[in-house]
Amino acid sequence: MTRLIGILVGLFFTVAVLWAFATGAANYIAEPPAATAESVYHRHPKELHLQSDGPFGTFDKQQLQRGFQVYKEVCSACHSLSHVAFRDLAALGYNEAEVKAIAAGFQVPGIDPNTGETTTRAGMPTDYFPKPYPNDIAARAANNNAVPPDLSLMTKARHEGPAYVYSLLTGFQAQPAALVKQFPEAKTPAGLHYNPYFANLNLAMAPPLTSTDQVSYGDGTKATVDQMAQDVAAFLVWTAEPKLEKRRQTGWPVLGFLLFATVLAYLAKQQVWAGKKDKKKA
Amino acid sequence: MSFPWANEYKPSHPLMKWVDEKLPLPRFVYNAVGAGYPVPRNLNYFWNFGVLAGFCLVLQIVTGVILAMHYAPNALVAFDSTEHIMRDVNWGWMLRYAHANGASAFFVVVYLHIFRGFFFGSYKAPREMIWLLGVVIFLLMMATAFMGYVLPWGQMSFWGAKVITGLFGAIPVVGEPLQIWLLGGYAPDNASLNRFFSLHFLLPFVIAAVVILHIWALHIPGSSNPTGVEVKSESDTVPFHPYYTAKDGFGLGVFLILYCAMLFFLPNALGHPDNYIPANPMSTPAHIVPEWYFWPFYAILRAFTADFLFFPAKLMGVLAMFSAILVWFFLPWLDNSPVRSGHFRPLFRKFFYVLMVDVLVLGYCGGAPAAEPYVMISQIATAYYFLHFLVILPIVSSIEKPEPLPYSITEAVLGSDDKAALAPAS
Repeated sequence: MTRLIGILVGLFFTVAVLWAFATGAANYIAEPPAATAESVYHRHPKELHLQSDGPFGTFDKQQLQRGFQVYKEVCSACHSLSHVAFRDLAALGYNEAEVKAIAAGFQVPGIDPNTGETTTRAGMPTDYFPKPYPNDIAARAANNNAVPPDLSLMTKARHEGPAYVYSLLTGFQAQPAALVKQFPEAKTPAGLHYNPYFANLNLAMAPPLTSTDQVSYGDGTKATVDQMAQDVAAFLVWTAEPKLEKRRQTGWPVLGFLLFATVLAYLAKQQVWAGKKDKKKA
Repeated sequence: MSFPWANEYKPSHPLMKWVDEKLPLPRFVYNAVGAGYPVPRNLNYFWNFGVLAGFCLVLQIVTGVILAMHYAPNALVAFDSTEHIMRDVNWGWMLRYAHANGASAFFVVVYLHIFRGFFFGSYKAPREMIWLLGVVIFLLMMATAFMGYVLPWGQMSFWGAKVITGLFGAIPVVGEPLQIWLLGGYAPDNASLNRFFSLHFLLPFVIAAVVILHIWALHIPGSSNPTGVEVKSESDTVPFHPYYTAKDGFGLGVFLILYCAMLFFLPNALGHPDNYIPANPMSTPAHIVPEWYFWPFYAILRAFTADFLFFPAKLMGVLAMFSAILVWFFLPWLDNSPVRSGHFRPLFRKFFYVLMVDVLVLGYCGGAPAAEPYVMISQIATAYYFLHFLVILPIVSSIEKPEPLPYSITEAVLGSDDKAALAPAS
């Protein structure tokens, strides 16, 4: 009886799903899905190699400092970095005095000790990076109705994050004429900018890195657009996961210990089972 | 409850004798997972996954309780408190990655444990109750994992919660009020997050309780084994300790190597990048996908794209998704072949391998965008899934001619069993 009911229930679901299949297949043949501008022109991120890649990867502190400089002088005008505190910058190789000086260079929200009114004051190492806009409405108003996303976790919040950041920053270009010809409705609207690495091809951000030596690096590295994009991508790998190096440095001894312990466990198991060997195979 | 030749607990130290008289807990442990539990001598490595699942449960509870000391279940700060754990709590990054990847590891070992049961007929009499309790544990795990994924309050947390609670909205008449009641509002918000946190903390302990019942039920008939032939005599068994504690110790080592490789070197490989974007009710992600361990069932849910008779497509999908797991409850009665092990069931074995591939295909389609060809492939795979359990298994178990079984476990291992000569021919 159970099996008879089972067979009936099974056939019910099978017929229902095959009916859905038949309907879907008929629709598919009648109206094959049309290509869209995104499906044809969206591009996979470019290759990017950073010193922090791979199981042995470490941070290139010089590069992180350069990336930080690009963030400070270019990105921070619109993008917040709300999960990072100035004190965290010590990990980039800055000493205490330098961290203090960097923090003091930012104005952060404060409260006037005499009146209790909100005001701003110079940052301290314990402060977090201040937000460029007081709220999302202000951010939208200043950026063509788009809110510039927080960058702290950007390289973990996109597929192939570091390569995505690098590709997006170096991927701005004129919209291909062929695209507009094939998809006239996909023409980049006024105020947006064409970029094939962005999911829907048009983004509100204007190209932020436009010319060589837009920032002047202290370490003599030539600040080409490509170099600045790589450096800021490397910096954002650090902001997304400041414990990256520590994680890997912890992982290797853990794996080493486990390998050793597992070999011992295997030998113990062999010894325990020695008298119970499978004689068919012996 | 056990075999007559089981070792008896004999405390020698006066203190242990005293404890044994007042509260025989050491005796209980000795009989449950010690030398007092005789286990078939021929268990292969697929029998490691029960112990590994137990280990994962303890791992999740320990890391979870510590994470809960630092996490704040409030929609305004949940995302930030998760990042606080990652950045400012000592070893917080390790705890969180251990917990997130621990959930995946738990599902890996439980899926292997379940498929072990499928192949070796572990659900068959006299072990039906163990199987039923196992399915209950699996359902509780799914609920717990789903609610845990909501807690970081990222984009996938929010939209996953919206999609899954939306399933209840497909139930006729009561659906919408039920959905609002479950969420504590019209959409996932602070009320939902708070109750999910509360239940996510509670359910693992419920799981632990059902695990105890699962093991209790196991100890009544004793463990199954790869031949499916029941234990006949003492030479068929070995004491759990030291034989299987040693074997499980090695298995645990291998498991920990793989788990720690993920934890320390690929901690985000199984997660979705969108969950590092704070929850935003105004912005729907391009593809809403659950965690990988739900993919096969998610594919079944999405396979029903057309209304059928008087069932709307969405309701059919929901019914099918829940039925896909509930059907496991009926497995002991759907498959009535007297032979347990797939090793001796040539026809069953072929269908078992098809099912394995089928579930992997469903999993792949469940993680892919809801577009062709994935939807059509998942429809065919869904049809096979239901055919397999509800039509093929009952028919195969009736028409199949099983291969001859060994007389006993001892014969299967050693090639001969002295007692076989004395037994009447069967």
